[in-house]
Amino acid sequence: MSKSYTYPEFPYRQSAAQREGRLQRHPLVVIGAGPIGLTIALDCAQRGLPVLLLDDNNTVSFGSRAVCYAKRPLEIWDRLGVAAPLVDKGVRWQVGKVFLEDELIYRFDLLPEARHKMPAMINLQQYYVEQTLVDACAAHPKIDIGWKHKLVALQQHEDHARLTVETPDGRFELLADWVIACDGANSDTRNMVGASFTGQFFEDRFLIADVVLKPGVLQQAKSTSKLGHEPERWFWFDPPFHRGQSVLLHKQCDDVWRIDFQLGRDADPELEKRPERVIPRIQQMLGPELPFELEWVSVYQFACRRIDKLRYGRVIFAGDAAHQVSPFGARGANTGVQDADNLAWKLKLVIDGVASEALLDSYDDERAFAADDNLLNSTRATDFISPKSRVSLRLRNAVLQLASQEPFARPLINSGRLSTPTPYLRSPLNTADDAPFAGPMKPGSNCVDAPLRHQGRDTWLLDVLNALHGPAGGFTLLAFGARPALESVAVAGISARVLNVGGDVDDAEGLLAQRYDGQPGTVILIRPDQHVAARWRSFEVGKIRAALRRCIAMH
Amino acid sequence: MPLNHQPNIVDADGFYQELVESQRELSDEQAEMLTTKLVLILANHVGDREVLREAIALARDNTLAYATS
Repeated sequence: MSKSYTYPEFPYRQSAAQREGRLQRHPLVVIGAGPIGLTIALDCAQRGLPVLLLDDNNTVSFGSRAVCYAKRPLEIWDRLGVAAPLVDKGVRWQVGKVFLEDELIYRFDLLPEARHKMPAMINLQQYYVEQTLVDACAAHPKIDIGWKHKLVALQQHEDHARLTVETPDGRFELLADWVIACDGANSDTRNMVGASFTGQFFEDRFLIADVVLKPGVLQQAKSTSKLGHEPERWFWFDPPFHRGQSVLLHKQCDDVWRIDFQLGRDADPELEKRPERVIPRIQQMLGPELPFELEWVSVYQFACRRIDKLRYGRVIFAGDAAHQVSPFGARGANTGVQDADNLAWKLKLVIDGVASEALLDSYDDERAFAADDNLLNSTRATDFISPKSRVSLRLRNAVLQLASQEPFARPLINSGRLSTPTPYLRSPLNTADDAPFAGPMKPGSNCVDAPLRHQGRDTWLLDVLNALHGPAGGFTLLAFGARPALESVAVAGISARVLNVGGDVDDAEGLLAQRYDGQPGTVILIRPDQHVAARWRSFEVGKIRAALRRCIAMH
Repeated sequence: MPLNHQPNIVDADGFYQELVESQRELSDEQAEMLTTKLVLILANHVGDREVLREAIALARDNTLAYATS
């Protein structure tokens, strides 16, 4: 039914191993070529690992699905060299408005801190994200993509897994030292390892309608005439055009708008998907005379749940296969990309024999912690949007009614708290501060970007970190003040390179020093996934070596 | 500061009368909404999460105690 997008069809090719009946062993097999599987394949390949990526289909996501992408995943994709086309094509926004009936009762601004390379949020249809990632993966010499390769069975052994894969040419088997399962919320792989996936189910059904509107049409509609020309997120509680329920409106590229209608618990999903039901709902909202084209419709329910352990022997779970959240807050794809970011460098060090499997346990420590944070935020938003009892509905409505006059009630309104990274404050890889530091860059935090001058050009901290190591990545010692005597510090097969602020790069605006509380002598140890691992007020090799060892789980 | 369990309202009878009279001429539904809003207004005024937690627990425990007796 899509009118603005033509779905690509990727070629199925029988592998030589299947054709010749060979049992081939692969260092790394990724299951599922969605945004997370593609990101993880690209990250692992750039770090030097050969990747076999399998997907049971041969195209990108059907429908726009995940449409909001936050700063941190954009920074990760920028490290992987794929962010620029996404940011160019995506719709930037930062203002959210909340209405009760047709009255504006609350407005939030993501108010991104100035002088970061990446925007706070873009909206972009998932198929564009996937297509960009597929192009990058297909072009990478270390990635082999098997389209129409469906995993049908998996057996775990001591140091590998045995996979049975079904293709149009029948079934064959292959061995994998490591498997990363990114096969989504309904992950078959999860069932194959016997993992549990528990949490809270929500009974409310929601209708997604993507509609194509010519520019300016929304400003003509009565319900949306207040919509400015800047893209914003609009959320209605109990609007006149959809009584007793909520509605969410988001702009995507190609003049496609996402409208999300809450339908309640008793809605019939098959009936509600029919154009003869959907079109009148949209006409109620826009008025009967305004022209639109229906692009994609989906009726969904959701759950907030996670897998009990992110790693089962040789099988590691990421993305929705590991944790599922409600859509309010854009926490699904955004957190999945951060799973990939966290896992790739660790897996590379383990496969290379530099670190032990204990390093992979820290993937569970850090990403399960983040998943729980996302689940908490997502569940809270869902409870506000879709109250489960008469009294919680009354509490919710009391908040909304108070909020139009009373500033105190506005922070209680929860139409979804938008995805921000969860710092790994309790990670066993962190080294605790041994001196006072101000500011947000506590060990376990992702590196906040800052403008720098490098070789006479304007650049960004994250760009400099990427350029310093190349795609393979590495550890960095960000050293403020006088240049340390050493260019790097090595221990146990890894090495951290010094980046001297004042020598190698110039903090011309002083924002780097401000954001990291950098004083002359300050040293920040940065992981390959651009997270702070440790920081000190002076350059002491013994302490740096100990922190590096801790950072690869060598205790 | 912990939750105050001791009498703290000057002119308790007058306050109680005001509370009851605030619901005059309201439907049951409106009266319930008023009480709910009052909870939110006072909770914001208190602000202190420890005190609020103690107050919520007290209201719940007291309710459950009556439900089982």
